[in-house]
Amino acid sequence: MSKENVLKVENVTMQFGGVIAVDNLNLEVNKGEIISLIGPNGAGKTTAFNVITGVYAPTNGAVYYKGKKIIENHPQGKMKKLYRGENPVMYTGHKALAPTPDKITALGIARTFQNIRLFKSQTVFENILIAKHLRRTSNVFTATFRLNAKEEARMREEAEELLKIVDLTDVRDELATSLPYGKQRHLEIARALATQPELLLLDEPAAGMNPQETLELTEFIGRIRDEFGLTIFMIEHHMDLVMEISDRIYVLDFGKSIAEGNSEEIRSNPRVIEAYLGGAQDE
Amino acid sequence: MKKQTKTILNVGLIAALLLLLFILEQIIPSSSMLFMVLKKGAIYALVAVSMNLLNGFTGLFSLGQAGFMLLGAYTYAILTIPVESRDSVYQYFDGGIIQFSIPVPLALIAGGIVAAVFAFLIGLPVLRLKSDYLAIATLGFAEIIRAVFQWDKLGPLTNGSNLLRNFPTFQSVLYPFIVAGICIGLIVLLINSTYGRAFKAIRDDEIAAEAMGINLAHHKQLAFVISSFFAGISGGLLAMYQTTIQASMFKSAMTYEILLIVVIGGIGSVTGSCIGSFLFIACSEWWLRFLDNSNLYIGDFHLSFMRPGFRKVVFSLMIMAIVLFYRKGLMGDREFSVEGVRRFFQKRFKKKQAVEGGSSHE
Repeated sequence: MSKENVLKVENVTMQFGGVIAVDNLNLEVNKGEIISLIGPNGAGKTTAFNVITGVYAPTNGAVYYKGKKIIENHPQGKMKKLYRGENPVMYTGHKALAPTPDKITALGIARTFQNIRLFKSQTVFENILIAKHLRRTSNVFTATFRLNAKEEARMREEAEELLKIVDLTDVRDELATSLPYGKQRHLEIARALATQPELLLLDEPAAGMNPQETLELTEFIGRIRDEFGLTIFMIEHHMDLVMEISDRIYVLDFGKSIAEGNSEEIRSNPRVIEAYLGGAQDE
Repeated sequence: MKKQTKTILNVGLIAALLLLLFILEQIIPSSSMLFMVLKKGAIYALVAVSMNLLNGFTGLFSLGQAGFMLLGAYTYAILTIPVESRDSVYQYFDGGIIQFSIPVPLALIAGGIVAAVFAFLIGLPVLRLKSDYLAIATLGFAEIIRAVFQWDKLGPLTNGSNLLRNFPTFQSVLYPFIVAGICIGLIVLLINSTYGRAFKAIRDDEIAAEAMGINLAHHKQLAFVISSFFAGISGGLLAMYQTTIQASMFKSAMTYEILLIVVIGGIGSVTGSCIGSFLFIACSEWWLRFLDNSNLYIGDFHLSFMRPGFRKVVFSLMIMAIVLFYRKGLMGDREFSVEGVRRFFQKRFKKKQAVEGGSSHE
C-alpha cells in the first residue's frame, strides 16, 4: 500500500486560559491505517479530536486533510500575551481557518463521541437516516413538496443497508436510547458511516464494554475498515484492543506526544511505561 | 397499500369535516358562538403549529410569535383596504401613502413574506443565543415591533395607533379552515421531510447534529423563517376575523396564550396543537361563560360565588390540572390518528375481556 497521507496534524497547541491541553502535537495518519491515540486521563486526547473535528479552533497550528489545509490558527487577541506554547510566530500572517464541525464532516471526517450522543427521541433507523441529510441534493422546497422522492428512497435504502451491516435490523423501530450500551455504540458508528466518511474518528469506542463485547468490536472495526475503505483514528483505553488492531500508536501525556510506533515499540518504550503503564506495575 | 388506505382515510376525514362545517353554516345563524370559536380556533391552530415547529421540533424557545402575527396582520390590512375607503380610515394622515389594494390571498401571502423577511434579519444576531436568552430576545423584538407600529411618524403607512378597518373579512367559516389547513399541511410535509428530521436532530442534540454535518446556523435560521412565515399568515387571518386591528392588540399575553396551547396540546405534536387550540378557545370564550352569571341557582340554592370573571379562576384551575396530570400535554409527542384511536379502544376492550376471561376461569 502506498502511503497516501489522509490526516496531518502540525504543531497544534490548544490552550484554555492558562492551561495547555494539547502541546505542539504532530501526527500523521495514512490511508487505510488504524491509528490509536492513547494516554492517561486528562492527557488531551479528546481535545485533540475536538480540534480536528472543528469543535475548538486550535490556539496555534494547522491541520491538513488529504494534503489540503483545513484548519489553521495562530495566537490572536488576548491569547497573544497569554500564549505559552511553542512556535508562537510560525503561523502569523496566515489567515485563520476555522470551519464549523459540519463543514469538517462534509469533507469526509466523521466521528463518534466518548459519552454516547444519539438522537434520543428518534428510532434506530431515524438516527441513521438523519446522518444521510448531509449528502442531500434537495433544498427545503423540493423536500417539502416531495420532489426528491428518488433521493429519499435512496437515503432510506442506504440506511437500511447500514442497519444490516451493524446487525441492528431487528431493533430498527425501537428508540435509540432503549438499546443496550454495546449496541448504542455500534449504532453511533453506523450513524457516522452514514455520512460517507473516508476518515473515521472513534472516541473510546470500547468504553464501558465487557471483554466479550470488546472482542466483537475489535473484529467489527477491522471489518468496516476493509468494507468501506476507511482510515480509522481512535482514542482507546482497552490495551488489548489497541495492541491488536493498531498499525501505529501515538502516546499523549500532559498534552505532549511522548512516543510513536507499532505496538511492540510502544510496549517496550520506557517513557510510555513511566507515564502510563508504569503506574500499573508499581501497584 | 397500507399507506394508501391511511391517506384515503385522512383525506376522507378532512372532506367530511369541511362538509359538516358547510352544513352547519346553512342551518345555524352565522353570529352563533360556535362559529366564532371555530374561526378563532382554526387561526390559533395555525399559529400554534408554527410555534410548535420552532419550539417543539427544532428546540428553539422563541416568544416572538405575536410580533410576527402583527407584521402579517398589518401587511394584510394595509394592502387590502379598498382605495375608496382609505380616506376615511387614514383620516389623520391624508389617506395614507399606499393607494392601491391587492386580492386577499395575495395579501395573506405578502403578510407571511414580510414576517419571514423580518425573521431572517432578526435571526441573524438572535439565533446565536440559546434557550431562555433566545426567548427574552425574541420577546423584546415583538414588543419593539408593537411600539414601532404605533409610532406617529409611520402614520401614513400604519395609521399610527389608530384602528385599521374596512378590509375584507371572512365570508364563510370555511375560509380560515381551508387556509389554515393548507398551511398546517405544508408544515407537516416539511416536518416529515429530510429537513424535518434535521430539525429534530438539532432539538435532541446540537453537538451530535453538527458532527453529523447539519449546519446549525442555516437550519435554525430556516426553521425560524418558516415558522414566522406561517405566523404572518395567521396574523392576516386574525385581522380578517377581528375585522379591525390595532397594534396594541398584539401584546406579549397573546404569545403566552399560544405557548399555553402548544404546551397543553403537547410539545412536538401537530395534532396536539390543533386540538389544544380549539379546546383553549372554546373554554376561554364559550363553554365557561355560564360561570360569569351571578344569578345562577341550583334548585333554590344561590351560587353566590359566581360573578363576572369567575370563569377565569376555573379556567386557570383547569390548566393547572392538565399540566399536573398530563405532564407532556394532552398528546405528548404523539400524533392523533384513526389507527391510534382504534388501537386505544382495542387495548381497553382486550383488557376487559382478559379480566372477564380470568374470572370465569376460576
